[in-house]
Amino acid sequence: MRRHRQRFGASPDHTKIARADRHIGLAATGLALMILLLGSVLVMTTRVAAQGPLRIEITEGVVEPLPFALPLFVAENAEAQALAAEVTQVISDDLTGTGLFREISRDAHISRVTSFGAPVQFADWKAINAQALITGSVSASGGRVVVKFRVWDVFAQAELGQGMQFASDVSGVRRLGHKVADQVYSRLTGEQPYFDSRVVYVSETGPKADRKKRLAIMDYDGANVQYLTGSSAIVLAPRFSPDGSQVLYTSYETGFPRIHVVSVGDVRSRILEADEGVMSFAPRFSPDGRTVVYSVTQGSNTDLWAMDIASGATRRLTSAPSIETAPSYSPDGSRIVFESDRSGTQQLYVMPAMGGEAQRISFGDGRYGTPVWSPRGDRIAFTKQSGGRFHIGVMRTDGSEERLLTASFLDEGPTWSPNGRVIMFARETQGAQGASALYSVDISGRNLRRVRTPAGGSDPSWGPLQ
Amino acid sequence: MTHQTRAALLIAALAAAGCTNGNRFDNDASAGAGLNAGSGVDSGIIPGSANDPASQAYFQQTVGDRVFFQVDQSTLTPEARATLDGQAAWLQTNSDYLAVIEGHADEQGTREYNIALGARRANAVRDYLISRGIDAGRLRFVSYGKERPVEVCSEESCYAKNRRSVTVLAAGLTG
Repeated sequence: MRRHRQRFGASPDHTKIARADRHIGLAATGLALMILLLGSVLVMTTRVAAQGPLRIEITEGVVEPLPFALPLFVAENAEAQALAAEVTQVISDDLTGTGLFREISRDAHISRVTSFGAPVQFADWKAINAQALITGSVSASGGRVVVKFRVWDVFAQAELGQGMQFASDVSGVRRLGHKVADQVYSRLTGEQPYFDSRVVYVSETGPKADRKKRLAIMDYDGANVQYLTGSSAIVLAPRFSPDGSQVLYTSYETGFPRIHVVSVGDVRSRILEADEGVMSFAPRFSPDGRTVVYSVTQGSNTDLWAMDIASGATRRLTSAPSIETAPSYSPDGSRIVFESDRSGTQQLYVMPAMGGEAQRISFGDGRYGTPVWSPRGDRIAFTKQSGGRFHIGVMRTDGSEERLLTASFLDEGPTWSPNGRVIMFARETQGAQGASALYSVDISGRNLRRVRTPAGGSDPSWGPLQ
Repeated sequence: MTHQTRAALLIAALAAAGCTNGNRFDNDASAGAGLNAGSGVDSGIIPGSANDPASQAYFQQTVGDRVFFQVDQSTLTPEARATLDGQAAWLQTNSDYLAVIEGHADEQGTREYNIALGARRANAVRDYLISRGIDAGRLRFVSYGKERPVEVCSEESCYAKNRRSVTVLAAGLTG
C-alpha cells in the first residue's frame, strides 16, 4: 500500500489528495478516501482524473464511509408510488448496511429530482458533499414493475457506468432494489456484490429446554422468510447447494440425525444417506454440487465420508479413532478443511478432497471448530473457544494471520457472503432466557449487525448471488 | 423375538420418538404402563407406578436412567458405573425392553462437535451395558448434542446435569 501512496503522491492528483486530507478524510475532491489498513496504516486510494471511476477501495475496513445521495426514485405512475418508496428504501438499507457508505439525508438535498431524464444539477449535490448520486424511477402496470437507475460521480460530473433497468412482478420488488444496490456497490467498490442473495437458516422459537427448530430461507437482510420444514423434528445446519436450488440439512425425523436434501423450488425433501439407524450429519456440497461430504458416527468414532449424489456411492475420507466433523471444500474442490480432536482438542485440518494426509492449520490457544472456506479461496472462517468465550475468526488457509472478529458468550457457525466480504453467524445469549439470533460482521471485524429475523435464528448458510 | 424384529421395533420406536419434542421419556413415567402387566400382580402396588419394580418409572427413578460426565469427556465415572450396573441388572430381569441410549452435551461447544461427543458418551454406556451381559441387539444409541438440555442456566450446576447419557426404555413385546 505504501507503493500506492508513493505512486499517487507523485501523480498529477497530488494537490487534490492534499485537499482531501484537509477535509478530514471526506475526500472532498471525490478522488480520495482514507482507508484503514490492518495496523492502522492510513492509505490513500484514488483514481486518476478522467481515467478511473469513483472508487472506494475495501481493504481492512473503511474509516470514513463514502457519502451518497439517493433521492426518492421517481414514481412514473400512481400504481408505482408505494413501490418506488420501497425500492428506494431497500437500496438505502443495502448500501448503508455495509458500513462502507453513508447516506446524506434527503432533508439536506437542494435539488429535487422529479423526472428520471432531467439533467443532474451537479453543483447542488457537490454542495452537500455527495460523492455518488443514485437516481431512478419506478413504473408499474398490471402487476409488472420496472425499475430504472443511474449512478453519478458528482465531482467528475459524469455518469458512473451505464443506466440500467430491471423488471419483475410486484412480489419481486425488493429483489429489484437489491439488484440496483448490487450494481451501485460493484461500481463503487470494484467488488462482486451480495445483496440479491438468500440465506437458509434454522428458525428457533420456544424456551431453551424445548426449542422448536424449523428450516427457513430468507433474503440476506431477513426479509421474505419462507419455511421449508415444520418444527416436529430437530433440524440442524442447513447448507445451500452452489447454485442455490437445493439445501442439505440434518434432521432427527427418523429418530437419528440423518442427512436430508430439500429442493428449494418445490420444498420436496428426501433422505440422502442410506444407512438406517446410523448417525450422519454435518453435510456440505462440493463446489460442483455433485458430491456431499459429511460425518458418520460408528460406535464412538465419527469420521468424514463423501457421497456421489447421482450414484449414491460413498467413500470414507478419514479413519482416525477421533472426532472428524464440520467439513468444508475449498472453492476449487481440491481440498477439505475440517475439525478434529485427534490432537486431544478440537483443531482445524486441511486434507486432499479424496482423503489422505491432513495438515493441522490451527495452533493458537483454545479450541477451533466449524471451519468454512471463503468463496475467494484465500481464507478460512471458524469458531474459536478460548478463555470461556466464543469467537468468530478468520485465518489464511495455512493458518497464518489469524484474526478474531467477534467475542461473546456463544458465537458459532460462520458462513461467507457470496463475495467473501461479510460473515454471518449465530449468537446465543447466556442464561435460562438465552436465545439465538443471526448476526453479520465485515471480515475486517467492523460493522457487527443483527440480522432482523421474525424469530430466533441459528446455523445460517449464505447462498449464491441470484 | 429375533434381533431383526427387535431392531425393527427399535427403529419404529425411534421414529415415533423423533416426532416429539422435549423430555418425553424423562417426564412421562406412564408411557410404558401396562406393557408389563404380567409382573407385580400379587401386591397392592399399582402396575406401572414407581413402586412397581418392573415399571419404567421405577427404572427412571429408583435404578436411575442417567449418568453424568466430566467436561468434554466420555469416560464413565465410578458413580456412573454403579448406576449402569443397576441398569444392567434391571434390563436382565425385564428382558422385554429394548433401550435407546441418548447422549447429550452441555452448551459449551460447537453444534457438530457436541453431536459427536454425545455419541461417544452414549456409546460408552452402551459398551458398558453389553459388558454387563446385555444383548447388543437390545441397545441402540443416538446423540442429541446440545439440542436437548434439561437444565437451562448457563452455569456449571446446569452444565453438569446436561452432560449426560439417558437410557430410554423402548417398548418391546412380552413373551
